[in-house]
Amino acid sequence: MGKKKKSALQVIMEDGWYHPGIEFDGEVESDTESEEDEVKDKKTNKQRLRETGRASRLQSKGKEKDKEDKEEDDSNEEDSGCQQNGASRRKNYQRKNRDGKKAGVEGSQQRERGKKAPTKDQKESENKEKKTTKEGNEGKNKQKENRKNSTTSASSNSSDEESLSEEELAMLMEQVEQKKKLISTMRNKPWRMVKKLSVLREAQAFVEKFEGALGKGKGKKLYAYKMMMAKKWVKFKRDFENFKTQCIPWEMKIKEVESHFGSSVASYFIFLRWMYGVNLVLFGLIFGLVIIPEVLMGMPYGSMPRKTVPRAEQATAMDFSVLWDFEGYIKYSALFYGYYNNQRTIGWLKYRLPMAYFMVGISVFGYSLMVVIRSMARNANESTADGDDDNFVFSWKMFTSWDYLIGNAETADNKFASITTSFKESIVDEQESNKDENIHLRRFLRVLANVLIICCLCGSGYLIYFVVKRSQTFSKMQNAGWYERNEVEIVMSLLGMFCPPLFETIAALENYHPRIGLKWQLGRIFALFLGNLYTFLLALMDDVNEKLAEEDVVKNITYWTLLGHHNLSVGNDSTATPPPLDPADVPRGPCWETTVGIEFVRLTVSDILVTFITILVGDFIRACFVRFVNYCWCWDLEAGFPSYAEFDISGNVLGLVFNQGMIWMGSFYAPGLVGINVLRLLTSMYFQCWAVMTSNVPHERVFKASKSNNFYMGLLLLILFLSLLPVAYTIMSLPPSFDCGPFSGKKRMYDVIQETIELDFPLFVAKIFSYVANPGLIIPAILLMVLAIYYLNSVSEAYQRANAELKKKMQMQREEEKNKRNNKATTNPMLQDLEDLLTPSTKTETHPNQEEEKKMESPDRTSPVRKPGRGAVPDGSPMTGGRGAAFTPPSHVFVTQPLTPRVWAPYPGQPRPRGHPMGLVPGRGRGQPRYLQPA
Amino acid sequence: MHICCLLNLSSVEKQEDTWDGLFYRYRDLAPQLVPLDYTDKPAVTLPYELIASMPELKDNPFRQRIAEVFSEHGDGNMTLDNFLDMFSVLSEMAPRDLKAYYAFKIYDFNNDDYICKSDLEKTVNKLTRNELTPEEVSLVCEKVIYEADVDNDGKLSLEDFQHMIIRAPDFLSTFHIRI
Repeated sequence: MGKKKKSALQVIMEDGWYHPGIEFDGEVESDTESEEDEVKDKKTNKQRLRETGRASRLQSKGKEKDKEDKEEDDSNEEDSGCQQNGASRRKNYQRKNRDGKKAGVEGSQQRERGKKAPTKDQKESENKEKKTTKEGNEGKNKQKENRKNSTTSASSNSSDEESLSEEELAMLMEQVEQKKKLISTMRNKPWRMVKKLSVLREAQAFVEKFEGALGKGKGKKLYAYKMMMAKKWVKFKRDFENFKTQCIPWEMKIKEVESHFGSSVASYFIFLRWMYGVNLVLFGLIFGLVIIPEVLMGMPYGSMPRKTVPRAEQATAMDFSVLWDFEGYIKYSALFYGYYNNQRTIGWLKYRLPMAYFMVGISVFGYSLMVVIRSMARNANESTADGDDDNFVFSWKMFTSWDYLIGNAETADNKFASITTSFKESIVDEQESNKDENIHLRRFLRVLANVLIICCLCGSGYLIYFVVKRSQTFSKMQNAGWYERNEVEIVMSLLGMFCPPLFETIAALENYHPRIGLKWQLGRIFALFLGNLYTFLLALMDDVNEKLAEEDVVKNITYWTLLGHHNLSVGNDSTATPPPLDPADVPRGPCWETTVGIEFVRLTVSDILVTFITILVGDFIRACFVRFVNYCWCWDLEAGFPSYAEFDISGNVLGLVFNQGMIWMGSFYAPGLVGINVLRLLTSMYFQCWAVMTSNVPHERVFKASKSNNFYMGLLLLILFLSLLPVAYTIMSLPPSFDCGPFSGKKRMYDVIQETIELDFPLFVAKIFSYVANPGLIIPAILLMVLAIYYLNSVSEAYQRANAELKKKMQMQREEEKNKRNNKATTNPMLQDLEDLLTPSTKTETHPNQEEEKKMESPDRTSPVRKPGRGAVPDGSPMTGGRGAAFTPPSHVFVTQPLTPRVWAPYPGQPRPRGHPMGLVPGRGRGQPRYLQPA
Repeated sequence: MHICCLLNLSSVEKQEDTWDGLFYRYRDLAPQLVPLDYTDKPAVTLPYELIASMPELKDNPFRQRIAEVFSEHGDGNMTLDNFLDMFSVLSEMAPRDLKAYYAFKIYDFNNDDYICKSDLEKTVNKLTRNELTPEEVSLVCEKVIYEADVDNDGKLSLEDFQHMIIRAPDFLSTFHIRI
């Protein structure tokens, strides 16, 4: 306890130079125990309140002044000790200020001054005594004594008068408030730790004591509780943010890729992750509402013809080659449309499966549309929100990109890589912006490139069409080989593999900025794939129409077969029910829906395989080859021809987009397709991340991705719309197969809605529905929507214009300001100097916290002349830092005090509590910016 | 945790934790040098090598500058007092102006109170581990000066620096160390 007390004493008291070593104790340990000490303070202070009173305060004043004298003698102190000294002196100074302030407010300065002169002398003598006996217990006792005096001194002025009048009570409260403010703004002050601590302690003691005296102690508890809660809340929020980032899947993986390959490559992975999320939702929708109810509650496999493999196929239905083509058992499973029964309700839940199937098919599109559009809107918002950060791109990169939180070597490596990458990105942008070349040549080359690419596109479109036509003849042949059956897929995959690199080669002619080049490349490959997709779809439609024609024939056959079977059994045995025909033997229609579904699944699977194999061979094997064969090869493989692959952003993005289009189109006829896609996205996330990190090199010109992913999203929206069309067409205008699927037996698939409305809803709902479906109502509604869109569009355009205008204005203003400054600097150096002089005060006003403080201190500055004897010395001393300056003659006082109001100076370190002279560290100027020194 | 939490009336325990925590962090750097009991010992100064080996600093490309700026004599050797100051400034709740000021000091490699082109080059090279070509480095430096130099004297003064840094969106979040 003794030690504790001492440590607290040390901080609060200003006798640091008695025992310089102890000061550290004061710093560290005292804090842990400061509370106890402060409690003690309170008790003792209360007792002493009335005894000591004003006299003690004045005593301490004198003492402090003495100490300044003593410091001069103590020239061979250690640095730390000196520093402590500085701090303590500073504190004295503060205290004095406070006293002065009080005095000013109370208007009792005259009295004070009158009393001061005699007491000062007394104290001086007292201190001399102390100086001689500054060792051992005696010294400690003295310190204690001193401390008592000093702590009370700060407040005694008002404390002994507190019982006197209401006016002074109010005054006291005001002071307490000020102290509180000081405490709360303490952390914003650019002081050294030691000083902060000492000032804080004092203020705390003051507040505690007088809040008790004023009966406001309870408020403190509440305040403390509030503060604690606020702090806890901040911490909780921070933790929650961290938790949220940790919850984002693959965030670290993507960040790692981004740091090595740049934001453009990372944007692909972000897109992939987003896609995975969307597909997960679709998967949940389809599996939860369609497949699982069917598996759990629907009729089991083999119970009816549509759920049974036909007799002819049963022998080979389990062969792998058959399953691989999604025939056999897979074709007659819940993964495809044909498996579902047209029973209105299934199971004990009376689950309306056909209805659910239809609604899920629609909501897959509805949800996707909504999500894509919402995300586009959000991206657009984000990209416009931070529009004004073009001014300091490089500066911010330079000064704020290193994250000082990084405490891990691997993270640091990544960060170095990412900073380098981002610098490179910005450099590319910068170089691009001030590039001037032969415009005519550039134009010619660009036109040429576009012509070439259009030729390629037409050629590939025709090739696809040709192959599809051919495949229709192949499908009629009985013994078509593997190649004949898969010709379409193979050709499409080959085109997808070889055309994009070709386009890229051609695009090199154009010499766009890589970001714009990427967009062109994306657009071209999109066109290529789109042509492929649509020729494929047209061929598919031909196929479907053929199947529909075939169906009519089969329908009759089935009917007659069943009838014949029935007649046969009736004829044989009239009483017993006829043994049902085995479902495997019933003749089937072609079930075009399942055929379409299978087509899409096949396409998806082959796409997955091609993608993965391309990555494996084109990237990984190539990288291995280049890496290891390089030792024994005749030229440099790494720098020369094969080299390492770059990550192909455009190809991958479009692969993803088109794959998603396939999923959207196919998921109505093959509900299991989404499941396959989810698996694909999951594996491709890991696989591609791995492949990128192991076998790819960053782009030659690493470029920044555009702020929003909206180009990708736009492509996705387009493909969504395109894939919506064929599905909507088949639903609205083709009759469903008569013997398979949930809508069999109906004229059109959407009849299921009408059926539900008629049978399950009250009559008026059906009436309302019929009104709503009336074209007379729908056409005006569409018109209204179009008008609304037009209006909103024009409004947004107006806003955009206004925005651009404002931006321009701001830019102009900034330039004007800059010019003005420059002119001033050149033409009027005098004014510039003056400005420099004034900066400290103007800066302060901009900072709110310091403004508060300034307010606090201001009464002191307004009445400095009144107490010349004591105010001046401590004011000058901590500022100049040197001892010689610290001991200013009193005659100087009247001039220096008002000119140096710098306790509240704006820059940290300026009022630095440093006791040792500046001469010890010449040229450092640390903590004291030169131009802030008083003139 | 911020060391300036100490300076608040509330949450006594937390204050003690941080305070003690920092002291023990300091002490753990060199248990044989720093006594547990600070009562009688005079100043203890830890060499730069020990300070730089802290996990918070050891991967920081500017660790030497940080230590130099906060140390007493600019040599990177720190007393406990300096150590506390360092964490106070780099803590989450230190005010922006304070942080900006010390950031300026850190990036001012030659201590001439201006960030000039050589300072900027040093900064870039430290940030990128010398992976940019000299042309790129000089382009970057020129751009920085072009952007941030308000008074057109070819170097960044503290004022220029503050003008630029207070607009940076993530300066506060990156210029801090969590303890």
